[in-house]
Amino acid sequence: MTRLTRPLILSLLASCCLLAFAARAQLTVEITGAGANRIPVAIANFEGETQLPQGVSAVVRADLERSGLFKLVEAGTPPIAEAATVDFADWKNRGSDALVSGTIKASADGRYDVRFRLHDVQKQARLGGLAYLMPANEYRATGHRIADVVYEKMLGEPGVFSTRIAYISKTGSRFELQIADGDGGNPQTALVSREPIISPTWSPDGTRLAYVSFEAKKPVVYVHNLMTGRRHVVANFKGSNSAPAWAPDGNRLAVVLTKDGGSQMFVVNADGSGVRRLASSSGIDTEPRYSADGQSIYFTSDRGGSPQIYRIPATGGDAQRVTFDGTYNVTPRPSPDGKSLAFIARNSGRFQLSLMDLATRQIQVLTDSTKDESPSFAPNGRVILYATEIGGRGVLAAVSVDGRIKQKLSNPAADVREPAWGPFPK
Amino acid sequence: MTNFAHPRTLLAALVAASLLAACGGGAIKPEQSAAKVEDRNPPPAPKTVATPSVAPITPNTVQGKVLTMLTDPNSPLSKRSVYFDLDQYVIKDEFKSLVENHAKFLLGHPDYKALIQGNADERGSREYNLALGQKRADALKKAMQILGAKEAQLESVSLGKEKPRAPGHDEAAWAENRRDDILYRDDKRQSGEF
Repeated sequence: MTRLTRPLILSLLASCCLLAFAARAQLTVEITGAGANRIPVAIANFEGETQLPQGVSAVVRADLERSGLFKLVEAGTPPIAEAATVDFADWKNRGSDALVSGTIKASADGRYDVRFRLHDVQKQARLGGLAYLMPANEYRATGHRIADVVYEKMLGEPGVFSTRIAYISKTGSRFELQIADGDGGNPQTALVSREPIISPTWSPDGTRLAYVSFEAKKPVVYVHNLMTGRRHVVANFKGSNSAPAWAPDGNRLAVVLTKDGGSQMFVVNADGSGVRRLASSSGIDTEPRYSADGQSIYFTSDRGGSPQIYRIPATGGDAQRVTFDGTYNVTPRPSPDGKSLAFIARNSGRFQLSLMDLATRQIQVLTDSTKDESPSFAPNGRVILYATEIGGRGVLAAVSVDGRIKQKLSNPAADVREPAWGPFPK
Repeated sequence: MTNFAHPRTLLAALVAASLLAACGGGAIKPEQSAAKVEDRNPPPAPKTVATPSVAPITPNTVQGKVLTMLTDPNSPLSKRSVYFDLDQYVIKDEFKSLVENHAKFLLGHPDYKALIQGNADERGSREYNLALGQKRADALKKAMQILGAKEAQLESVSLGKEKPRAPGHDEAAWAENRRDDILYRDDKRQSGEF
């Protein structure tokens, strides 16, 4: 929306509609388990923050708390300016390891200059700080970025607060492909359909989504550019077309086609050209997923009699079986560091998110739910987002890879499913 | 929302950025990336914050009429569903005459095409269930081909567990959803159910 260039009334109307829509569609996040050793941090109110309709520091606080890795120390109501002198002894007494101070100033063009500093209370030193120029409605994005800086400085690995998630929301017979911030905020609809949409997956650069849509009464694979709202068919061969998986270079996708008989894996260029077979089997081969290094493809196959996970070189070749326990192991998702594999295992009739250490082949069941589906790693590999069911309703849930920190993302008005965690913003 | 895909907005952002750059002395460019973590003091020139916007699409679905004999409840051809046992992908004897009727219809109506949609019950992975539904659709397609329907008239696809006819979560609902449906289209008139 170009609010500055349109009549005020139109823009007000549009904002009202958007707000109403967001209220209906937004996922609410509930923390259902937290880490054992949370880092105490204080996020002060920012100087000048009250001139904004919504504050930035509250977003930072909510992000850090929701991660389950930080414990918020009460910072009081009076704002602390970015460049204010910090009484380190006082913050040490309050039990905080770090303090964030900040200042927000209106700039001449109507935007806001947001500056913050991260102070290490123990070392009595400045850990970091940045400045952002934002329109007032980007207060969430700015807060996420500040939270990412705090996360990285305190934990030594990148945060994922600025990443986005895609998921499918089903209300009655209306299916929507939605894109939201990692905390479920700011949901935007990319596709509305009367027919199902499944298997959304982000291009490595985060600009496009591949998915399967049934709007033609059959599964067809599309690639959808989120910025332009344009999409094109990647695979619409005779029969079913499904299970898209991006190669890490973003130029090709592995897909499952039935055009030559049976559900079999093929590779196709992102523009839909150059389709070629990846592997051949007499059974079902599906759910391909590239390893982060692009060298191998994990997939589900019933070639051995029951659905199990296999691995094949990305250029094709002999398949190696990866799972052996039980009679139903599906939906492989290799971790960003390539060391582990998330998948869904059936244990006595319960479908549960599981994690395999690929070096030791040791498996940990991460949930106690019964209908887990479609796991998706956060780009920093710390958390896995997945779909499950609570009280007969489809919800999203997230669990840290050690199984300790748990969150639920739900919308009381819709079934939510098929989550896909986007990459780090470029 | 700031839409950087819009040329005017982009221009405005660029102008604003260059003005700021001129004032502050630092190079600024609009970007949608997470800021790098830096320790410089004083803080570096501000990064522009803009969330990429999403433009929505609503596709149309086409629908049209087919011959009454395919939809009249008194016509045997209005029976369009074939059911399967758990983990089974063979056409049961009780559906032999149904399959024959449809194969015969296609033989006598070369302008017609049939879309066979396989379905699966709700248990387990969506994509794996899509492949299971495909096995059911393929079984019916093969049976109709044996009875004389032409390959060019037939397409077998799967809806997996995505469109359950029975909404329940018990054995009865699952049995109802392990099913093939036959949809028809008159290719010459460009009208039909798919």
